Amino acid sequence: MSTGYNFAYLDEQTKRMLRRAILKAVAIPGYQVPFGSREMPLPYGWGTGGIQVTAAVIGADDRLKVIDQGADDTTNAVSIRRFFARTAGVATTEKTREATVIQTRHRIPETPLSEGQIMVYQVPIPEPLRWLEPRETETRKMHALADYGAMHVKLYEDIARFGHIATTYDYPVLVGGRYLMRPSPIPKFDNPKMDNSPALQLFGAGREKRIYAVPPYTSVKSLDFEDHPFEVQRWDQACALCGSTESFLDEVVTDDQGGRMYVCSDSDYCGERRQEQGQ
Amino acid sequence: MNDHPLLRVNGLTHMYGARVGCRDVSFELWPGEVIGIVGESGSGKSTLLSCLSTRQRPTAGVVEYDTTDQGLVDVYGLSEPRQRMLMRTDWGIVHQNPRDGLRMGVSAGANVGERLMAVGARHYGRIREQAGTWLDKVEIDPTRMDDQPATFSGGMLQRLQIARNLVTHPRLVFMDEPTGGLDVSVQARLLDLLRRLVTDLGLSAIVVTHDLAVARLLAHRLMVMKDGQVVEHGLTDQVLDDPHHPYTQLLVSSVLQP
Amino acid sequence: MIHVRDLSKTYVLHTQGGISIPVFMGAQLSVQAGECVTLHGPSGSGKSTLLRCLYGNCKADAGAIMVRHGAAYVDVATAQPRAIIDVRRRSMGYVSQFLRAIPRVSALDVVAEPLRATGTAMEPARARAADLLARLRIPERLWHLAPATFSGGEQQRVNIARGFASDHPILLLDEPTASLDAANRAVVVQLIEEAKARGVALVGVFHDDEVREAVSSRIVTMQPEVSA
Repeated sequence: MSTGYNFAYLDEQTKRMLRRAILKAVAIPGYQVPFGSREMPLPYGWGTGGIQVTAAVIGADDRLKVIDQGADDTTNAVSIRRFFARTAGVATTEKTREATVIQTRHRIPETPLSEGQIMVYQVPIPEPLRWLEPRETETRKMHALADYGAMHVKLYEDIARFGHIATTYDYPVLVGGRYLMRPSPIPKFDNPKMDNSPALQLFGAGREKRIYAVPPYTSVKSLDFEDHPFEVQRWDQACALCGSTESFLDEVVTDDQGGRMYVCSDSDYCGERRQEQGQ
Repeated sequence: MNDHPLLRVNGLTHMYGARVGCRDVSFELWPGEVIGIVGESGSGKSTLLSCLSTRQRPTAGVVEYDTTDQGLVDVYGLSEPRQRMLMRTDWGIVHQNPRDGLRMGVSAGANVGERLMAVGARHYGRIREQAGTWLDKVEIDPTRMDDQPATFSGGMLQRLQIARNLVTHPRLVFMDEPTGGLDVSVQARLLDLLRRLVTDLGLSAIVVTHDLAVARLLAHRLMVMKDGQVVEHGLTDQVLDDPHHPYTQLLVSSVLQP
Repeated sequence: MIHVRDLSKTYVLHTQGGISIPVFMGAQLSVQAGECVTLHGPSGSGKSTLLRCLYGNCKADAGAIMVRHGAAYVDVATAQPRAIIDVRRRSMGYVSQFLRAIPRVSALDVVAEPLRATGTAMEPARARAADLLARLRIPERLWHLAPATFSGGEQQRVNIARGFASDHPILLLDEPTASLDAANRAVVVQLIEEAKARGVALVGVFHDDEVREAVSSRIVTMQPEVSA
């Protein structure tokens, strides 16, 4: 652990401010709470929102896991994990089951979450209505009035153009039957995992200065049409490494001749399965 | 005959600081009636229309609308969600520039379907079916349903805007210069369409126009505005054929006869 | 069916320095069902103005115009616009000197429109319109065209057909035969006679002496008011 930093980098007053925002977010599931986002020692877009939320909730006895696109060993995941190891001295892990706080970009682990765990999502654009309404005053009013009908226009356009809802990530959801929420750019494959999850889910957008939350056991419903119900992606292949047919697969190009393979995007899940098979 | 007006306006005044937008306008609109508001640019026609349609809170005066559940209510006393609901169910607004009333980034079908989705329609097939029916009614080939409005001509855009408004079967439509900016043959087609829709659907409408010929074709009654005030009000043909107020006489005598 | 009492009308022309042109003062007129009353007098005596006042197209300055509307009478001189619209829709028709053509609406539908407005279905309304157009010798090939491009005489006949299409108990005729040839004039005379026989109250202004003699039950003579 490095010396000279306050615990988890941010000063205590800032963490208090963040915790107040988080409490409010938990109290109003799906509602975007503004907060005073701080400069962090990494650029916007690299997870400044997620880092601040993690810094505000992490304690000395927590065990942190960080994933980027499902993997624990990518640059962003490694550097954020090391950041907290140095500034807070917390234990880190790659195992979903062992982690108490999981910061993520673009995925929810395949291994089911449990009570007491906290998911922290990095959010680039928090406002689900932004694409149809550029004015913040108006989108706030739309949220206040639960005026969400126009949101279906985007899904309508997908079906009209592609024959099905082609939105595959950052797929809009309704939280607790009230607030429309962007789940951050996770694949819609992960949307069902958010519904009634036993874990606390926190979302931080550093550049946009918004925090929102889904408390444990809260309904999270993906928008759809009666005759075009919400569906998740399915693959014809199984994972080339662990053989899973249940998980979200990444396509990996293996050579210049067009050779490719499909592997689990969740490196911990895949590794665990291979270990079991090896035994 | 129904014994309530659909809209009752009393002493409606809007000031822009010391300048008059419209002053002390009072009238009633009855179901199935079309009122034309005529006058030159700057006479307060558009201000009046905005104040009537809850888009601009008036400085003074009352606008009451006959809601289906509560009868006549002051529209400015309604909560904002109810005002919004009114705007997308019972009312329609046709802007002079169709781009102001359309979502230009989504297909024609989505433009028509949006109001249905906004009031809770969640069946794609049925939304599409209704969008198709309405495109057909406004003489847009339903095979163009998935095209972007940007590929439409000015007249088509205006008709699309009308379909988008009428899909929820409004009872009252506000139109601001609906034929403005269109060439005459396109205008004629649109007028004919509007006349037919108004008659067939029993719509009530308030139409702002500076074109007296448009007013004659569409409106049962006319209000002539000058400097924010209504200077003459009566049956359309009476106001145009036997104008009494000096300004109306000037207006009528200034029209070019082709 | 119509009772006009003490009707006065003066035109004030503000665009010409506010000069006043008195048209008539204290005009009286009564019309019974089944008769055709003709207004007669020199040019400028206010025949057309009186007719237009009856229809609510001109606003009288004083007096009353009681018009039978259903079981009651409506004073057209003071009634609300929507009441006058209803009178026009159900009780009173008007044949003007000129047809105001509506773009894109076919001749057949122009004629059928007053019937449609009172709730007649499309098919019977069009059948009646076709019958009238045929009687007024409008070639069938023109029926589905908008009358804007028709000749003056053709437009006038479409206008007459429109006026006679509906079953209004009151019909006002403003020089309907002005630009017609003898054969068509005869058809109009016949239409007026049929209307009288049905009990329609008609008020007309006819330029043509022969037509006036043929259709009038009574002739009311009007004299120009002398400018004050």
